Amino acid sequence: MSQKAVKPSEITPESTYLNRRNFIRAGIFAGTSLATGLTYRYFNPISEKEPAQTEISTVSAQTEQSTKEKPNTFEEITNYNNFYEFSTSKGRVASAAKGFVTRPWTVEVGGLVNKPKVFDIDDLLKFDQEERIYRFRCVEAWSMVIPWMGFPLKKLLDQVEPLSAAKYVAFETYYHGSSTNPDVKLPIGPNGMQSSFSAGIDFPYVEGLRLDEALHPLTILATGLYGKPMPNQNGAPIRLVVPWKYGFKSIKSIVKITLTDTEPPTTWNLANSDEYGFYSNVNPEVDHPRWSQGAERRIGEFSTRTTLMFNGYADQVAGLYAGMDLRKYF
Amino acid sequence: MNEVRFNKILVALNAILPLGLLGYDALRGQLGANPIEFFLRTTGVLTLVFLIVTLSVTPLRKLFGWNFVIKYRRMLGLFAFFYGLLHLTTYSVFDKSLDLKLIGADVIQRPFIALGMTAFLMLVPLAVTSTNGWIKRLGGKRWARLHKLIYPIAILGVIHFWMIVKSDVFYPAVFGTILTALFVFRLFPKLTAGTNAGDPKKVRQI
Repeated sequence: MSQKAVKPSEITPESTYLNRRNFIRAGIFAGTSLATGLTYRYFNPISEKEPAQTEISTVSAQTEQSTKEKPNTFEEITNYNNFYEFSTSKGRVASAAKGFVTRPWTVEVGGLVNKPKVFDIDDLLKFDQEERIYRFRCVEAWSMVIPWMGFPLKKLLDQVEPLSAAKYVAFETYYHGSSTNPDVKLPIGPNGMQSSFSAGIDFPYVEGLRLDEALHPLTILATGLYGKPMPNQNGAPIRLVVPWKYGFKSIKSIVKITLTDTEPPTTWNLANSDEYGFYSNVNPEVDHPRWSQGAERRIGEFSTRTTLMFNGYADQVAGLYAGMDLRKYF
Repeated sequence: MNEVRFNKILVALNAILPLGLLGYDALRGQLGANPIEFFLRTTGVLTLVFLIVTLSVTPLRKLFGWNFVIKYRRMLGLFAFFYGLLHLTTYSVFDKSLDLKLIGADVIQRPFIALGMTAFLMLVPLAVTSTNGWIKRLGGKRWARLHKLIYPIAILGVIHFWMIVKSDVFYPAVFGTILTALFVFRLFPKLTAGTNAGDPKKVRQI
């Protein structure tokens, strides 16, 4: 039985064919858009934000060292952090550090001192806490104004009585919590922190100051901000704040402070000595190969503002560096 | 609407969608505490993504015989230029307040800025000569030779990204690896033989 070839168009009416085609096209449209959208979202997730707080400081009157500038919001301060132990993405540190356990916690102070001592964090919190509203300048050319809570580092150092041979102070950030000192009590384990390999820098993070910098009245150990205990992502439970230096000098989550007679190694200097010096004073004149240090973006502002020498604290700290070539000792 | 037209709209929609989401997040205040930096970084990454997608067209044709993708290559390349332009504009306006002196100083002092700027400047003639008129005017061969510039552009783009990262080079490394794979494919077609590669007859049939 011979058959005439039947064309598809004779079986399927044109309108049905077009409808089906449109239906398929709509499907392709929706499907690819969804795939593209989800890919974008995967790489740019909506991060869970630290809720905005009523910005009332409940703590002692502002000291004379505080700036009159308007502080950044709690939300800004707690959702934009450089804390490589948790994440190298500033927006993701807050969520990555959520489960960070900070009790028990001790700070071991030793080295060239008369009275080495392991301080329990709860004893350190009994030191008179004062509010210090400081400018904070990151080496990445952004800045904030932060209402810290804390006490001068000098108060702590006075208790251990540095020897005359002591010239420098070395600091160390928590990492896995193990110690040979039986008095040290810290949570043991990764505690939410990532590996050195993922972060691209060595851990534990270490920093250092010259002794006179450490004893300077502007240098504080901060235990909180906005009148609240220090949020994990900002360096709970206790961190250093040195407002005239780039932010990475203000080491977070401190477990060890050692007085030494030689300049201690510092993490970013070890990682890249051409870019990060031991001093790392905020200095608009000394340029960085990646960021112009002459200007900065204050978080919350769209344009940039001029960076001030020593982050605006020149009157108080310039004397520490009298006669030094700050291009050499950058 | 014919198939090619539909596909072009499809490609364009998907290419512009990331910008739409970026804008949507910006309106909702979801770009984090430093929205300018976020916008700058994201447009930069999208530029690299489109450069790499554009460079993938030929390997896709040769490996899988997907010759139809050539029809959308021009558009993909133009999107790379578009995101690059957004990236450069964001930097010039918000970081440098459109001050040419500041931008010039940045180019001189910071090698990664110089590399990024060079890559963008090389992308401009490619975008300009992307029209049919220009292909005719230059002649196919010369046009193709000019458009080989996309290789150095992509290399400079990845190095530019690598240099701005402080320590975590994961994403620059991912881009670098993909780019290297694409280059290996171009330079050593025999390594990837066994499919349609290097068989013009077979390609023509499809």
